[in-house]
Amino acid sequence: MEVRRFDQILAEHPLFQSFDAATIALFAGCAKHEHFRKGERIYSEGTPADRFYIVTHGDVALQLATPEREPLITETVHAGEMFGWSWMIAPFRHSNDAVALNEVRAISLDGKCLRGKCDASPALGYTMFQHWVPHLLTRMQSLRLQVLDLYGVKA
Amino acid sequence: MDAADPMLPRRYRVIRATPEIAGVATVELAPLDGPAVPFAPGQFNMLYAFGVGEIPVSISGDPARPERLIHTTRDVGRASGAIVALKEGDMLGIRGPFGSSWPIAAAKGRHALFVAGGLGLAPLRPAIYHVLNNRADYAGLTIVYGARSPEELLYAEEIGRWKSRLDTEIEVTVDHARPGWTGRVGVVTTALPRALAGTDPATIEAFVCGPEIMMRFTLQALAAAGVPAERSWISMERSMKCAIGFCGHCQFGGDFVCKDGPVFRHDAVADRIAVKEF
Repeated sequence: MEVRRFDQILAEHPLFQSFDAATIALFAGCAKHEHFRKGERIYSEGTPADRFYIVTHGDVALQLATPEREPLITETVHAGEMFGWSWMIAPFRHSNDAVALNEVRAISLDGKCLRGKCDASPALGYTMFQHWVPHLLTRMQSLRLQVLDLYGVKA
Repeated sequence: MDAADPMLPRRYRVIRATPEIAGVATVELAPLDGPAVPFAPGQFNMLYAFGVGEIPVSISGDPARPERLIHTTRDVGRASGAIVALKEGDMLGIRGPFGSSWPIAAAKGRHALFVAGGLGLAPLRPAIYHVLNNRADYAGLTIVYGARSPEELLYAEEIGRWKSRLDTEIEVTVDHARPGWTGRVGVVTTALPRALAGTDPATIEAFVCGPEIMMRFTLQALAAAGVPAERSWISMERSMKCAIGFCGHCQFGGDFVCKDGPVFRHDAVADRIAVKEF
């Protein structure tokens, strides 16, 4: 079986494919494979957001703890999608819990290491900003629609 | 009675009343004043709860079986509440069918994409039935359905049956859920990329129904995915009273939703759907 290198995988990913080869190589140097069992917590709200993830197989629930009730799932993430964006934004702490809904395989990237590289090279940080902020805006707009309660009686 | 008078209701008997999600019920009706009236997918009837009031409700049954007239209604006021409370054997007045329809027969040979939000699945269901009844005539069938929560999925059992078909792609998403729900959570537009993966957008005929904001953003997402505006259709909702374009209650720019709609081609209304005055 052919083992694909991180740079090959990232170069084909929609959120990475417009980066140049040198930047892809830099990302690949910060990447590692991860495996999570069904029900396993990938990270918890409030903990340091030092890694972010690209799901390659399986589904992940992003959820909020609610006192004396079961957690509320606000979003699910599926194969090909990225999560754990808090690594980019101070104070670099996760704003929700991520839980594997089934067997999950993912590529994780070392966000803390990338932050250091961006500090050393603001041009790299600006490139990432240009590439990913449109995606974050789309995601924010989606979340805005969710909180509008579109399907309620008054909608 | 004069069956040709569009302002005169015909009497129907409730032969089955089925509670759906909270505050929503489906009634199956049989005509008392003559034969069943054919309808086209997407059309609506004016339902008259005797002594209470009359409201427009889309037809949600199979157009190939007009003898089983089916309406799904949400209780949002006195008239709709009276219709939701109907029991087997009760009577209802009906005028219609009225309005334009989903051009589903004309979409033969294309990939039919249905995007529904909340109760918007009800007006789309007759068109979905048409495609399922004539599946070989269509290049593909994809249904994307968004609801508030797993408990508020309309026609959940039927969706389960559709999912089990090998010739139908279904993506269901909810706005929020508790643990135990293993499906997708996220607004309906987030489910579109996966639903459309591997399909040439130029082959898609899209039929969208739901709250207007949901339709607006869905149309934007479809356009971004490459689905032409002249291949996207929506169903509008306005305060329809006479249903024949006389009273003007449902005027929408230069159109009356009751007569010129409720189904409109996207490019015909694109300049109006984001205008708050309309």
